[in-house]
Amino acid sequence: MIAVIDYGAGNIFSVKNALDYLGFESILTDKSEDLKNADALILPGVGAFPSAMKMLEKSGLIDTIMTQAKSKPFLGICLGMQLLFDKSYEFEECSGLGLISGTVDKMEEDNLIIPHMGWNKLEMLNECPLIHGLNEESYVYFVHSYKAKCEDKNISAYCNYGSRVPALVYDGSTVYGAQFHPEKSGETGLKILKNFGGLIK
Amino acid sequence: MLAKRIIPCLDVRNGKVVKGVNFEGIKDVGDPVLSAEEYNRQGADEIVFYDITASFEGRGVFLDVVRETAKKVFVPLTVGGGIKTVDDIRDTLRAGADKVSVNSQAVQNPGLIKDGADIFGSQCICVGIDAKKVSDKKWTVFINGGRVDYKLDLIEWVKTIEQLGAGEICLNSIDADGTKAGFDIEMLDAVCKSVNIPVIASGGAGKIEDFSDVFEKTGATAALAASLFHFKELTVGQVKDYCRNKGIIVR
Repeated sequence: MIAVIDYGAGNIFSVKNALDYLGFESILTDKSEDLKNADALILPGVGAFPSAMKMLEKSGLIDTIMTQAKSKPFLGICLGMQLLFDKSYEFEECSGLGLISGTVDKMEEDNLIIPHMGWNKLEMLNECPLIHGLNEESYVYFVHSYKAKCEDKNISAYCNYGSRVPALVYDGSTVYGAQFHPEKSGETGLKILKNFGGLIK
Repeated sequence: MLAKRIIPCLDVRNGKVVKGVNFEGIKDVGDPVLSAEEYNRQGADEIVFYDITASFEGRGVFLDVVRETAKKVFVPLTVGGGIKTVDDIRDTLRAGADKVSVNSQAVQNPGLIKDGADIFGSQCICVGIDAKKVSDKKWTVFINGGRVDYKLDLIEWVKTIEQLGAGEICLNSIDADGTKAGFDIEMLDAVCKSVNIPVIASGGAGKIEDFSDVFEKTGATAALAASLFHFKELTVGQVKDYCRNKGIIVR
């Protein structure tokens, strides 16, 4: 059972639809008990970092997330990926979950349209179970204006948009983060979600 | 770099796919969910559902079609037609759309763009425009399915909607639509040079070269076509292979 954390931010139904399609049992939930009982967790998110963090605090789930993320597969998607880091500078300095060390900053690229919206190619950097079986020409769908800044060792795949944009991050243990939307990334995205579901023991 | 997107558009009426020529002479064909699945298999980068009757007959958007498609197709879905209020936007997004496309309603009530962008984010607000040339290098915006000249200057309008927070523009040329003579390069070029948000080229695609042409000659980031794909004259895959061979980045 995969628990998709429903704290009021984001299009959680798309994630649920993709999991249903792949045949993974899942629930949308804001209950701490469900997070503890689940075999894997997904933290979605769309919108602004500070307001999402506030909603997460209000949900009372942060302590559970912090402990559960270290004991079972945990995937943050889009803003949910950004929330994994220590800090963001979106509008104001705001602390994140700190599950992977790094910060989140505004993207600034001359002559490029921000938000970074559309299909971009994954460039593989470090081995990670979620990218198993993907080919060299794997495109995924992005929609974001802020990007993570973290150590290379935590980057499994990046894409190029003016400069390097961390696309898939990994703590080397149980915590994964996708800056792109696997649930909107066609076959490649489904493969990544399938790999994630396959981590359930 | 971002890949150029190829977007099939499904014009929908009463739950069926239709495609008119110059918005008239509509032929009834096909189940929209099956069509969307087929386009997904062909490699469509995004799929647009447009409720063609909604803008002038007050129909609601086809949320059931959207809902069913969102369970089977995992690429971005854009839904347009008949979206008049923030509540319409919310309902459409909740049904599984990733973006909404507002057209006549945005012309008559530009606040809809701003409110939509403020509440749901610019990324999900696409402004559709039907425009027609009125004199040399001058185009005006039409509403109600391209039937009524609103006498609004196209270039002024695209700058306004960018300021209001639109995330994207889908620019349809009334002159080119249905002609199969190619995209309206001149108008697209003028719009792409006036704004810094993505522009989708729409109207006029008739042959495979039209797609490489629009990407080589204008700043359009995506090209949309309906009947060409719908009547299986070309597949999305063929168009992408052709563009790739021309050195255009596609997925």
